[in-house]
Amino acid sequence: MTSLRSFLYRPEAGAILSLLAVTAFFVIFGGVDLATLLGAASWVNFAANLGIVAIPVGLLMIAGELDISIGAMIPAGSMATAILSGYYGLPIVVGMLGALALGALVGLVNGLLTVRTSVPSLIITLGTLVAMQGIVLSASVLLTGSASVAVTAPDWAKFLFGQLIGGSHQVTIVWWVIIAVAFAFVVHSTRYGNWIFAMGGDKVSARNAGIPTQRITIALFVLSATCAAFVGMCQAIQFNSAQVSGGMGYIFNAIVSVVVGGVLLTGGFGSVVGIFFGTITFAVVSQGIYFTDIDRNWSNLIIGAMLLIAVAMNETFRKMALSYTGKKKGAH
Amino acid sequence: MSATKSTPILAMRGVNKSFGPHDVLHDINLEVRAGEVLCLLGDNGAGKSTVIRLLSGVHRPTSGTIELDGKPVGFDNPRAASDLGIATVHQFGGTFPLMTIGRSFFVGAEPTRRWGPFKVFDRKKANAIAVKAVRDFGITRIDDGDRLVGGLSGGERQSLAIARAVHFGARVLILDEPTAALGVKQASHVLRIVNEAKRRGLAVIFITHQVTHAMAVGDHFAVLIRGAVAADFRKGQKTREEITDLMAGGEAMAELEAMIEGYAASQDGHAPQVA
Repeated sequence: MTSLRSFLYRPEAGAILSLLAVTAFFVIFGGVDLATLLGAASWVNFAANLGIVAIPVGLLMIAGELDISIGAMIPAGSMATAILSGYYGLPIVVGMLGALALGALVGLVNGLLTVRTSVPSLIITLGTLVAMQGIVLSASVLLTGSASVAVTAPDWAKFLFGQLIGGSHQVTIVWWVIIAVAFAFVVHSTRYGNWIFAMGGDKVSARNAGIPTQRITIALFVLSATCAAFVGMCQAIQFNSAQVSGGMGYIFNAIVSVVVGGVLLTGGFGSVVGIFFGTITFAVVSQGIYFTDIDRNWSNLIIGAMLLIAVAMNETFRKMALSYTGKKKGAH
Repeated sequence: MSATKSTPILAMRGVNKSFGPHDVLHDINLEVRAGEVLCLLGDNGAGKSTVIRLLSGVHRPTSGTIELDGKPVGFDNPRAASDLGIATVHQFGGTFPLMTIGRSFFVGAEPTRRWGPFKVFDRKKANAIAVKAVRDFGITRIDDGDRLVGGLSGGERQSLAIARAVHFGARVLILDEPTAALGVKQASHVLRIVNEAKRRGLAVIFITHQVTHAMAVGDHFAVLIRGAVAADFRKGQKTREEITDLMAGGEAMAELEAMIEGYAASQDGHAPQVA
């Protein structure tokens, strides 16, 4: 009973229960073979690409900020890699570093604008989102005369960032797990994590307690834009080409994953494990539907319903956690 | 203690504050000593909040000085004031409702332990210290540092915030309307904690518009009216009615009397000890 309660009071409880519910729904009503679903690469690949972006976006949300410029940073990362290493023929390392540096730069701009002005970060990153789309398209057309650029990566780069493990599973899955573990450690086991939660709870009190709120905010924006550029870079290496479009879907998908994962939209509450499972849940709903007898036109309805149910569940568990008065009072 | 008993820990000397053309405070002189509770009374808009903001480093005086241990000081920001031992606790505790007691207690000063090459947050130690700190203030209902702060009652949250300030070396506690949003029983908890802080030798500035609460703990009283100190007196020199009259200027008397009677009724007709 105690362990059940301490599970339910964790931010990730809603995401894990949603995942179980969605899987059960597909098995019972969709006629899915569970083993086929678990063995399928499509939703895992989808989750890995989304998850690498969703984690830093979720941390920003915990800290009380929002970053939607990731939608432009994924193609920007792809294009930077492809233009530098493909069109200009520079070593792949230059293209990769260029992509990550571009991400860090845009994240820095987002962060500085957020801490220096009183404009909400949603609006600031909406601005950089649109601006970066313009820059990427113009730069691509201006430099290469095309909106799609080819790139060929050497074997080692292909092995690290673009191989298909067992012919089906993208190597980005490994990166996703590594990034998730690293972030989970920093957020839940070091003081920096405590600072992020405090910032989302009450920014003024956090600053008065001596937390460098501005530096942490900027660092989180740099992380999210860089992670987005990293995903773009991996895609360019894997598919041997980059396009200026695409990436917009990630904005909505990442926010849904984060919220299903138990992060409070207004900040101050959430967990990396929750975001991880929220991403899997979202991926299973949007990709798993292809394994069912259900017409896939219904998938958005299921995503919408799942979002509402997961958020309602998270709300309920949070209220229960708040009214919990101590471990000594057994049943109530 | 470096300062002698007669030197106030914190004092305002001829402080004026204006925001643009608006004069908010005129010639404020206040002082508070170790082991003493100064009650700052006043109706809404009398300038109490501005006094707090000056003392806690949010604003700086337009003219006049703030003295710490008899020496003039200027606080650049709230952090500078709290580094010098001046802690401000706001009405709702100013804490993080969705963090656990242990984590919120140590925000910005987390205890860490080594774990391989890493320094990790020491949750057990944080929880144990936080729980002990509030229990030492007599709040024995708190026994689990993993509870969320938002699940505590208003009085418990105030107590946690006060215990936190004391733990981190506060010498002056500025309590901004700590009992305003609380029921009678919760308020009495907070008043008991104010007395405990005083017993430990802290200087307390207790801001309130509830005369009965002020009289329960105060040694020294100052009444603010329209940005000026209208009266400054010690315990026992004025009755509750006189103070209420001073604060309200006669206008809101009926309302205040009803409030006081409500308090007396809930205490079986006993008014708080005055002398």
